[in-house]
Amino acid sequence: MATVEAASQAGRTRAGSPPGRGHRLSTYLYRRPKLVLLLLLGVPLLWLVAVYLGSLATLILQSFFWLDSFTGQVVRTLTLANYVELTSRANVDIFLRTILMAAVVTLTCAVLAYPLAYYMARYASSRMKGLLYLLVLLPLWSSYLVRVYAWRLILAREGITSWFFSALNLDWLLDGVLKLPVIGGPSLSVSFLGMWLVFVYVWLPYMVLPIVASLERVPGSLLEASGDLGARPGKTFRSITFPLALPGVIAGSIFTFSLTLGDFVVPYSLGNSSYFIGQAVLSLQGTAWNIPLAAAFTVVPMGVMAIYLLGSKRLGAFDAL
Amino acid sequence: MTAIDATTPAIRFRGVSRHFGDVHAVDRVDLDILDGEFFTMLGPSGSGKTTCLRLIAGFEIPDSGAIELFGQDVSSLPPYDRDVNTVFQDYALFPHMRVAENVAYGLMIRKVPPAERRRRTEDMLELVRLHGLGARKPSELSGGQRQRVALARALVLHPRVLLLDEPLGALDLKLRQEMQIELKGIQRQVGITFVYVTHDQEEALAMSDRIAIFNGGRIEQVGSPPELYENPTTPFVAGFVGVSNVLGGEWARRLTGAAAPLTVRPEKIHLQPADSPSPGPDQCAVEGVIRDVVYLGMYTRYLVELDATTDLTVVQQNLQTTSTDVLSARGRRVRLVWDRAHNRRLAA
Repeated sequence: MATVEAASQAGRTRAGSPPGRGHRLSTYLYRRPKLVLLLLLGVPLLWLVAVYLGSLATLILQSFFWLDSFTGQVVRTLTLANYVELTSRANVDIFLRTILMAAVVTLTCAVLAYPLAYYMARYASSRMKGLLYLLVLLPLWSSYLVRVYAWRLILAREGITSWFFSALNLDWLLDGVLKLPVIGGPSLSVSFLGMWLVFVYVWLPYMVLPIVASLERVPGSLLEASGDLGARPGKTFRSITFPLALPGVIAGSIFTFSLTLGDFVVPYSLGNSSYFIGQAVLSLQGTAWNIPLAAAFTVVPMGVMAIYLLGSKRLGAFDAL
Repeated sequence: MTAIDATTPAIRFRGVSRHFGDVHAVDRVDLDILDGEFFTMLGPSGSGKTTCLRLIAGFEIPDSGAIELFGQDVSSLPPYDRDVNTVFQDYALFPHMRVAENVAYGLMIRKVPPAERRRRTEDMLELVRLHGLGARKPSELSGGQRQRVALARALVLHPRVLLLDEPLGALDLKLRQEMQIELKGIQRQVGITFVYVTHDQEEALAMSDRIAIFNGGRIEQVGSPPELYENPTTPFVAGFVGVSNVLGGEWARRLTGAAAPLTVRPEKIHLQPADSPSPGPDQCAVEGVIRDVVYLGMYTRYLVELDATTDLTVVQQNLQTTSTDVLSARGRRVRLVWDRAHNRRLAA
């Protein structure tokens, strides 16, 4: 069809009227694929290199400067003082607390998302799948802040959760859970338990979508072949489905893990006085004006993510890509 | 359960139907496949042949009827409890496992000890001529090699029946012909029943002991390749196995005195000049105009128009003729002559 059109086009131009400006431009570009590539990638590359990598480099550089506490000025000479300060007991606690929370949130998201993603990828009709995609994505259409504050009300002592438990005469259960050391608190809205609930809620879509995508790429014939060779469904899942979908789980966990590592809104709204990394960065640069130390703080989650990715690669998570 | 003796078929379909919504993919099929034969299910796409294979494997469960494997009703058994193995159309090799791991997968599931597992895997790779490639990933193999891995993976479990779903479909012609001979050789060597699905009639004729011709979810005819080719019983079989040369209505009445349609194979027909002497009483003759000539090197295919609605295809070996001779024949008036004995009456 295209060739027929091109031929008739060529016939027309040959017959008399000279080719138009647009036509000549098309032909010029058609002959120069490298120029087209440059035009396509120029702006995004400029953005990535200058804005993204540039600011990242500035950030890392900042982390080696130091704050003169007497003048309140940043001194632009290189030092490792900030990194030494990171190893103080209070700061290490912040890191461990945040990493542990991120790990638990990631694990919970994976466990919740996998069955849903499996259903969406393998069994749902295209209508059902569209509906489920919509439901998974719908929360992302509203402001993250609004949703977190809504959860604060939901989980508050006078909120619907408490009401629900007391309506079922299960106050003792909620109170018992809140009395647990570390994860409990005066109410769900001021406890690690509540933070965990809200983190799982806000990051779950980022886990569901990559797992659906990776499960969809596993051909059904592989699962049939496994069954044909004698494997029961459980064995097929462990030997075939899960390893092949692992890149999707890893991709999802990168989202949930890193988003939890860097978040300050949820700990700020639902936490108690113990800091998470995001809060520490916020208060260091917002209140204390110690930008170099704040920068050093943000390097830690980057390092954690790098180790996490290397570990995943070492375990063969990307072999099936 | 029926007692197993020499006459128990490897596979028996008894009134098997499988519907997908309104589509009768398999419609009341009865079929016996004998132990040790190379059996082919041949038909156009959507004729139900692949669904029949999947019913044997256990990927589909019949809506009605029963499927027996060596006398045992397996209709409701899941695939992992059936003593059959499948070679898939897309090979379905596990991309995250090496070739040897793919082949050993079934043995690992059956908890065969590692030493024996390794030995049997090696033997099987040898059989399909992939010796020394066990450490490769499937992505590092050519199409033909992947096909052999799929075969080895299915055969290593010594199934009593091997199912093959268009296994050569993705290979080029030359490789396909080589693999046909090789597959047939392997079948003779291991001596088990092969059930082979294809839409390629030449492939079916080349390899099979018996062929079932599928059309619209039903079996039109079952027979050996010569039987199907020389004695097709329906117009569909006559057309699907070989070239459709069906004469119906007025032509049938003129040539045989009966209205039932008849078929004659293109290589049985002789091309003669229109003014050649009249044929004998045990020969048929019709006149027509050559509409099309396809020169194929070894032989030439002529399309001869008898009237506005009836054509006959004629194949002549190029024993004396050259390409210039045959190509100049287009538009010429000719007489077609064949022995009455080559007429095959078809069910209307």
